[in-house]
Amino acid sequence: MKKFLFLILFLFSVAIFAAEDFYNFSNKEQEKRFRDLTLNLRCLVCQNQNLAESNASLAADLRQQVYQKIISGESDQQIIDYLVSRYGNFILYRPPFNTKTLVLWAGPFLVLCFGMIFLWRALRKR
Amino acid sequence: MSFIKKSHITLPLILFILIIIFLWKGLNLHPNLIPSPLINKPAPYFELPSLLDSKKISNKDFIGHVTLLNVWATWCATCAEEHDLLLQLAQQEHIIIYGLNYKDNPNAAKKWLMQYGNPYQKIAVDQLGNVAIDLGVYGTPETFIIDKKGVIRYKHIGAISADVWENKLRDLVTQLQNESS
Repeated sequence: MKKFLFLILFLFSVAIFAAEDFYNFSNKEQEKRFRDLTLNLRCLVCQNQNLAESNASLAADLRQQVYQKIISGESDQQIIDYLVSRYGNFILYRPPFNTKTLVLWAGPFLVLCFGMIFLWRALRKR
Repeated sequence: MSFIKKSHITLPLILFILIIIFLWKGLNLHPNLIPSPLINKPAPYFELPSLLDSKKISNKDFIGHVTLLNVWATWCATCAEEHDLLLQLAQQEHIIIYGLNYKDNPNAAKKWLMQYGNPYQKIAVDQLGNVAIDLGVYGTPETFIIDKKGVIRYKHIGAISADVWENKLRDLVTQLQNESS
């Protein structure tokens, strides 16, 4: 039981902020926006980390940019648009739904549908 | 007839082949090379101090000639690899190369150029790295090819080797040089 609990804790532990910079926000809402944005933007150097967790110097610079833009009153969408215009959709962990990403978004559901049809036909034959 | 039906083999076989094709493709992908959304867009506005004199360098300096904009730093080991080739391009092929000195110590940069030679006609100092972010730079070295109108036409990520120059960049630069400005 103890082992099982440990495993569960281990599997579902939330990633801790590795970055140790401090930012001063004037209110809690800005701080939350900063956290949400940096958690959902990808670091371009170490590509499987987000901006919040990465220690790469570029990630620190990009965090600084996000911070400055939040402080100067830009909306989340403006910040995301700026970064996408520089680094492309690659910087988003959640790629937008458009013709280029149609297969990416719809693919899993299509495969699921095929699987269901296949299963249904296989079961019916018995 | 065996007890396994034909249709029970074909579907897994098709899936297997599909997966193999995808994995095979995956072996040759380079996810570290992120395509730049700035291609065919004008170089973003910037104004930075020059490394070697007291002038300012801006995106307007790209107008009128084809420019290689090379993002480099003395702390970047790969930048040293391409340095000889850049010198050769500047001296023998008269290519106009600008440098963007990225998050570097200006004194170290000057010393480095004295020691190894300077292929750059102009060098902008980007100590904070903000102009590099505007250019979508995520690693050094990166080299932009900018046409006579100041529009970014290509970006090469990583060091320029003789092979890269001959097979990828030279023809593009020649073609851009022949475009009217």
